[in-house]
Amino acid sequence: METGLTTNLHLLTPEFALTALAFLVFTVDLFLPERSKEWLAGLAAASLLAVIAVALLMRPDQSAELYGGLMVVDGFGLFFKIFFCAIGLGIIALSVEYGRDRLQHRGEFYGLLLFSILGMNLLAMSRELLTAYISLELLSFSLYVLVAYGLREARSNEAGIKYIIIGVLSSAIMLYGLSNIYAALGTTYFTEIAADLAAPGDASPVLWVGIALLVVGLGFKLSAVPFHMWAPDAYEGAPLPVTAYLAIGSKAAAFALTLRLFAEAIVPAAARWDEWQLVIAVLAAITMLAGNLVALAQRNLKRLMAYSSIGHVGYALAGIAVLGSDFALAAKGVIFYLVVYAVTNLVVFAGITAYYNREGKDNIADLAGMADRQPFVAAAIAIGLFSLAGLPIFAGFTAKFYLFAAVADGGMLWLAGVAIFTSLVSLYYYLQVMRQMYIERPAHAEHNVAAHQEHAEHDNIHQHAAHDEPDPPIPPLQRPSILLTATMGIGLLVVVWLGIYPAPLLTLIETASAAILPLG
Amino acid sequence: MMANFDQVSLLLLVLVPLAGAVLTMFLPKDRPRDAWQFAIFVAAISFVISVVVFLRYDYAAAGVQFQREYAWIGHPLNISLHLGLNGIGAPLVLLNGIVLLGAVLISQTITRRTRDFFVLLLALGAGVYGVFIVRDLFFLFFFYELAVLPMYLLIGVWGSSTDFGTFLRTKEYGAMKLMLVLVAGSVLIWIGILALYVASSQAGEPTFNIDKLAQLQQNGAVSRITELWVFPLFAVGFGILAGLWPFHTWSPDGHVAAPTGVSMLHAGVLMKLGAFGIIQVGMLLTPQGAEVWMPVLIGLGTVNVIYGAISALSQNDLKYVIGYSSVSHMGYVLMGIATLHPVGLAGAVLQMFSHGIMTALMFAMVGAIYERAHIRDSFILNGLIKRMGTTTFFFAIAGLASLGLPGLSGFIAEFMVFTGAFRTYLPLAVLGVIGAAITAVYILRLLARSFFGEADPQWEHLTDASPVEKGVGGAFVVILIAVGVWPAPLLNVINTGVASALSVF
Repeated sequence: METGLTTNLHLLTPEFALTALAFLVFTVDLFLPERSKEWLAGLAAASLLAVIAVALLMRPDQSAELYGGLMVVDGFGLFFKIFFCAIGLGIIALSVEYGRDRLQHRGEFYGLLLFSILGMNLLAMSRELLTAYISLELLSFSLYVLVAYGLREARSNEAGIKYIIIGVLSSAIMLYGLSNIYAALGTTYFTEIAADLAAPGDASPVLWVGIALLVVGLGFKLSAVPFHMWAPDAYEGAPLPVTAYLAIGSKAAAFALTLRLFAEAIVPAAARWDEWQLVIAVLAAITMLAGNLVALAQRNLKRLMAYSSIGHVGYALAGIAVLGSDFALAAKGVIFYLVVYAVTNLVVFAGITAYYNREGKDNIADLAGMADRQPFVAAAIAIGLFSLAGLPIFAGFTAKFYLFAAVADGGMLWLAGVAIFTSLVSLYYYLQVMRQMYIERPAHAEHNVAAHQEHAEHDNIHQHAAHDEPDPPIPPLQRPSILLTATMGIGLLVVVWLGIYPAPLLTLIETASAAILPLG
Repeated sequence: MMANFDQVSLLLLVLVPLAGAVLTMFLPKDRPRDAWQFAIFVAAISFVISVVVFLRYDYAAAGVQFQREYAWIGHPLNISLHLGLNGIGAPLVLLNGIVLLGAVLISQTITRRTRDFFVLLLALGAGVYGVFIVRDLFFLFFFYELAVLPMYLLIGVWGSSTDFGTFLRTKEYGAMKLMLVLVAGSVLIWIGILALYVASSQAGEPTFNIDKLAQLQQNGAVSRITELWVFPLFAVGFGILAGLWPFHTWSPDGHVAAPTGVSMLHAGVLMKLGAFGIIQVGMLLTPQGAEVWMPVLIGLGTVNVIYGAISALSQNDLKYVIGYSSVSHMGYVLMGIATLHPVGLAGAVLQMFSHGIMTALMFAMVGAIYERAHIRDSFILNGLIKRMGTTTFFFAIAGLASLGLPGLSGFIAEFMVFTGAFRTYLPLAVLGVIGAAITAVYILRLLARSFFGEADPQWEHLTDASPVEKGVGGAFVVILIAVGVWPAPLLNVINTGVASALSVF
C-alpha cells in the first residue's frame, strides 16, 4: 500500500471533535460540585448531537481513504457513526435519573461513554486489522470500566472483573490470529487479504489458524455461542444503562466491523473459498438455539435480556452467513435488523430502568402488577417485547421478515427455518414477562386475593372468574422521569413507524451498504 | 360516488378498526362506558363498509375486485400492499363485520381496563379483515399475525379459569397454549412463504404477490418436489388455526378461557382465517402438492368431525361443549376443502359463514348465562327457560343450526359438503354424516338438561338477556334463518370464488 503524507485529515473532524469533547467532559468534571454533575449528561448529549451534525455536514461525496488506507470515510462509516451517536444519546437518557444514586463518578461515566463511541466510530471506518483492533480495544476498555461503575453493588464489581478477564483473553486470541494472518500473507489490509485468498495455490495452515482465531475473537465480542459465557454475568452485574449499552452498542459496533471485514476481506474470495459460509451458518444456528433455549430458564430480567440478545446475535449472524450470495440483500437485512434491534431494546431497557428507578428490583417476578402501577412503562415494555418476538405491526416483524427472506434467498432456507423456530421459543419467555406485568399481582396484594378465594369457596361456587371479583387496589408508582418517558415515547414511535413503513430507512441503508459492496 | 368508494373501501376495512384502536388509547381511562360506545361506533362503521363491499362485489364479473396496489418495499423483495377481494373473501369480510359488531356490543360487561380491552379487540378485527383482502403473502402473514397477537392478553387479562374439581385449567394456561400453538403454526407458514419466494427468485422474478406467484406456478417455476413439501406446511400451519386434528387442543381451552366477546370473534372468525389460508395460499400456490395431500387432509377433517363431536358429548361445561363443537364443525370445512369438488368447496365456505354466526351466537348466550349464574356446568344448571326464555330460544336456534336442521344455514352448508364428499370419498362422507348425528345427540341432550326441564329454586334470581344481548342474538338468529331459507346471495358470490380456486387444478 502506498504511503505518504496524509493530506485529508479534515475528514476526521467528527472524530477529533469527539475526542476533544470527551476530554472536555473529563475536565469539567474536575471542577463541578457533586450536585451539578447532571450538567455533564447534557454536555455529553450536546457533544454527540454536535458530532452528528458535523458528520452530516462533512459527508463526503465519495469514499476517501485516510492514512494510506488504514481507514476510509464512506457512506457505511457515516451511517454507523450516526447510528452509534444516536445509541449514545439513548444511553445518556437512560443514565441521568439512574445515575443519581446508583453510579459512581458520574462525570467520568459520561466521558468514558464518549470514548467508547469514538472507538465504535473508528471501528466502522477501519479497513485494516490492527486499526480495527485498536478501535475495538478503545471500545472494550471503556466498557470494562463502565460495567464496574455500579455504586455499592458487589455484583457490578464481579461483573467488571469477569468481563475484563474474558475480554482480554478474547483480545489476545484475536491478536494472535492477526499475527498469524500477517505471518502468512504479509499484510493486514482487508482488500489485500481478499486478493491473497483469491489467488490460486494452497493457502498455508497458518493462515487458516489465523482466520479461525480472528473469527473466535469476533465471536467473543459478538457474544456468539460458544463464546458467550461472559455475557449473562456482565449483563446482570452491570448498571442498567450499561447493560443496555452492552446489548445495543457493543453488538452493533462488532457487527459493523464484521460486515466490513467480510465484505472487503472474505466475500471477494468466495468464488474460491466458500466453506466459511457453512461455518458462520452453524455458528449462527447454535447461537440462536442456545441463546433462546437458555433464556427460557432465566429468573432475572437482565440475564433474560442477555440471553435474548444472544439469540438476536444469532439472527444477524445468519445474515452474515449469506453475504456471499446476494451481498446487497443480505447486508441490508443485517443492518436493518441491527437498527431495529437497537431501537426496540432501547425502549425495553428504558422501561426496565424506569421501573427499577422506582422499585429497585430486576427479577422477572418483581414486575407483577406493573400494568396497574406504571401503565405506560408496562405498555412500552410489552410493545418492545412483541417487537423483539417478531410480531406485527412492530419493527421486529418487518426486520425479521426481511432478514430471513434474505437468508432463505441466499440458499439457506434451513437456517431461516431455525431462526423462525427459535423466534417462537423467544415468544414464550417474552410472554412470561408480559404475564407478570399484565396478569399476575404483586406479592403483597396476594393476601387479599387469597382471602377472597376462600370466601368464594364458602359460597359453594365451583367456578369463579377473576374479573368478577373486585381486585384490591395496588398503589400506583410515581411516574417515570420525563427523560425516560420521552425516550420510550420516541422509541415506540420509531418501532411502529419502522414496522409499518420502513422504506425510507431502507433507502438510507441501501446507500450505506453500497459503500462496502464487494467488486465483481 | 360508489365507484370512488370502491377505490378505498378495502383499505378502509383495515384502517377503520386500526385507527379506532389507536384513538381508543387516548380515551379517558376511568370511563369504561365511553370506550365501549366508541368501539361500537368503530365496529358499526366497519360493519357498514363490510356490507357495502359485499353487496358491491359483482359476482357476474367474478375474479379479484376492488384491486389497489401500494408500493411498500422495492427491489429485491418487491413487497406491495396489494388489496383485492375475491368470491371467497367477500362473504368472510361480511362475516367479520357482523361478528365484530356483535362481539363489541356483547362486551358491555367488561368493566376492568375497558379501554385496553377494546384497543386489542379492534386490532384483532383489523388483522382479520386484512387477511381476507390482501393479495400479497407478506401482508397476508402480517395481518394473520396481527390477529393472533392480541389474544394472549385478551384471554390472560379478561378471561376466566375453569375448575374441573381435580385440576384447574387457568386462563393463563389457555392463553399461553393458544398463543404458542398458533405461532407454531405461523412458523410453518412463514417457512412455506419463504420457500415460494425463493422459487420465484430463482425464476428471476422475486415476488411475494399471490397472483404473480400463482402465475409463476402455472408456468412451472415451482418444482413439484417443492410443492410436495410446502403444501403440508401451509395445510398444517393454517390448519392449526382452523382447529385441524391433532393440533386442535388449543381451541377448546382457549375459547373457554376467553371472555365472551373474544370467544365469539375467535371461534366465529379467527378460525376461518386458517381455512381461508389453506384455500387462498395452499391450494392456489401449490396445487400439485394439494392434489397429493388432500386425501390425508380429508381423513384428518373426518377425524375432526367425529372426534370433536365425541369430545363435546363428554363435556359438562357449556363452553367446552361449544368449544369442541367448533372443532367438529371446522372438520366439515376441512372436509369440504379437501374434496376439491365445486359443491364440496362451496359448502365449506358457506359452512365457514354459517358456523361463524352460530358459534358466535352460542358463545354470546353462554356468556349471558355465565354472567348471571357464575357457572357453566350443564349438570347444575337446569330449567333455564323459566327465567331466561329469550336466551334459551336463541341458544336453541343456534344449536339446531349446528345439528343441521333444514331451514337453518347449517343444513345447506353441511349438505353441500356431504354432496361433495359423497362424490369423491364415499366412506368418509358416511362417517361425516355419523358425526352430524352425534352432534344432534349432544345438542339436544344439552338443551334438555340445562335449558328445559324442572327449574331449580337456586336459579330463581336469574334475569333474562339484556336488551343489547337480545338485539345481538335476535340479529344473529335472523341471519341463520335467512341464509337457511335463501342462501343464493351468498352462494352466488361463493361459487365464483370456488370456480377460480379450482381452476388451477
